[in-house]
Amino acid sequence: MVALKDITVKIPHGALVAIVGPNGAGKSTLFKALVGLLPIQSGMIRIHGQPLGQHKNCVAYIPQREELDWHFPVTVKDVVMMSRYGELGWFAAPKRYDQNIVDENLEKMGIAALRNHRLDELSGGQQQRVFLARALSQEPHILLMDEPFSGVDAATQEITLGIFELLHERKVTTLVSTHDLNMATSKFELILLLNKEVIAFGKPTEVFTHQSVQAAFGDHLLYLDGGILVEECCPPVEKEKKP
Amino acid sequence: MLSARGEREETMIQWLIEPFQFAFMQRGMIASIIVGMLCAIIGCYVILRSMAFLGDALAHAILPGVAVAYLFGVNLLWGALAAAILVAILINYFTKTERVKEDTAIGILFAAALALGIAIISTIRTYAVDLSHILFGNVLSVSGQDLILILGLSLTILIILILSYRPLKIITFDPILAKTLNLPVEGFHLLLLILLAVTIVVSLQTVGIGLVAAMLVTPPAAAALLTRRLSAMIGVSAGIGAFSSLIGLYISFYLNVASGAAIVLVATFIFLLAFFLAPRRGLLWSKLGKKHAG
Repeated sequence: MVALKDITVKIPHGALVAIVGPNGAGKSTLFKALVGLLPIQSGMIRIHGQPLGQHKNCVAYIPQREELDWHFPVTVKDVVMMSRYGELGWFAAPKRYDQNIVDENLEKMGIAALRNHRLDELSGGQQQRVFLARALSQEPHILLMDEPFSGVDAATQEITLGIFELLHERKVTTLVSTHDLNMATSKFELILLLNKEVIAFGKPTEVFTHQSVQAAFGDHLLYLDGGILVEECCPPVEKEKKP
Repeated sequence: MLSARGEREETMIQWLIEPFQFAFMQRGMIASIIVGMLCAIIGCYVILRSMAFLGDALAHAILPGVAVAYLFGVNLLWGALAAAILVAILINYFTKTERVKEDTAIGILFAAALALGIAIISTIRTYAVDLSHILFGNVLSVSGQDLILILGLSLTILIILILSYRPLKIITFDPILAKTLNLPVEGFHLLLLILLAVTIVVSLQTVGIGLVAAMLVTPPAAAALLTRRLSAMIGVSAGIGAFSSLIGLYISFYLNVASGAAIVLVATFIFLLAFFLAPRRGLLWSKLGKKHAG
């Protein structure tokens, strides 16, 4: 896990923020720190002015593909219903409101017909939509998405982008990690450029200067007539370690 | 044995009932079925959380506890329980310092505990017989008192698992969601370790420590191929565990095979059936599906 230092950022309520940086810049680390999954050695993370751990159900997180066991015996509807467990507690059966919100979001993601399918019977894009539906059903104030555009089909990408607008209307603060500079520039209000520390934070035009991008991506860059090409755009395939 | 009796008119029912004219067989059967179900239920979490190696290690690590209890004439189950919980806590400690990887820590502790156990037992005169009973179980030695202890512990574990079904499901499937819902992830991990240790101790007499890992892993692995939901997987797994114990004991009685081995072999046979023939997830099914598509 990458260590991060000197992260001082204040993200306004309801903003749509892209977290941009090369592989190993600490994008996932930042997300995990935000949900309290990784310890913070110094400083503080506050949400709505309160330190972490005080909130219930406030942050929804869509994990990267590698972080889940896709062969877990669970149906599409089960996964989405998990979003309501924060409200329902350990024992209470889902109420009509919970059923409705789950059904509504399954419908919105175009996977209502698959509700009783097991997760490993779905395509990669459909699986991602299950997790989008789950995140929406959680009714969060903050949504964290780790690399939602890598390895999914065009339809899912389209739906994901559509969700950003919906979230914006609902004033949900949305943080999306990506290494797609074009996507970040065209679809997001704010950019956090990251490489083990904050390189720049602000509007896309302010953030993507020659120096800052150079600082974040270093040698993996090619400049072409005003455009920028990042050489290493897909996460490298990790080779399995043999004992 | 069956043909030696030579009574062709004997009905199937008599054949089925015959083993249970002895009280020790009745106790053995009840204990085996309970333990088969319990292992199969907690085993669902073991395989979904990739704790199979840990389960095997815990099983071997209880040997010194059993040996010490034997030396002092205490009920073996108490010695085993103390050793299992101690080893579970030690593994947790070694891993937390992050100087040793978890599987390395498990490997070292498990071998050390096994060696210590053998060292202690080898000082006892009836070494070979006692060791084989502990390693492979001796279902016929289950006393009335043992049975009550097995029943009590199993019921306790089951109630805890039922009460924590929902949080355990979330923590196992998606620990990050669990964290955002403020569930005590580490606490549940330790709870599961302790429940696993107790389960292994309870199965000491029926399948023994050498084979308990199979009862933890094989029925759930078969159930995972046959079901779509965790609750169904747990139910089917428990059924396979109970069925394997029942059939295994019959095989043990009529063919004079060691009971633990017979139970595990039946469970393995069921797993192989599921592996090849399960609808949708079986090997044969996917081969046929590919042919169909191609």
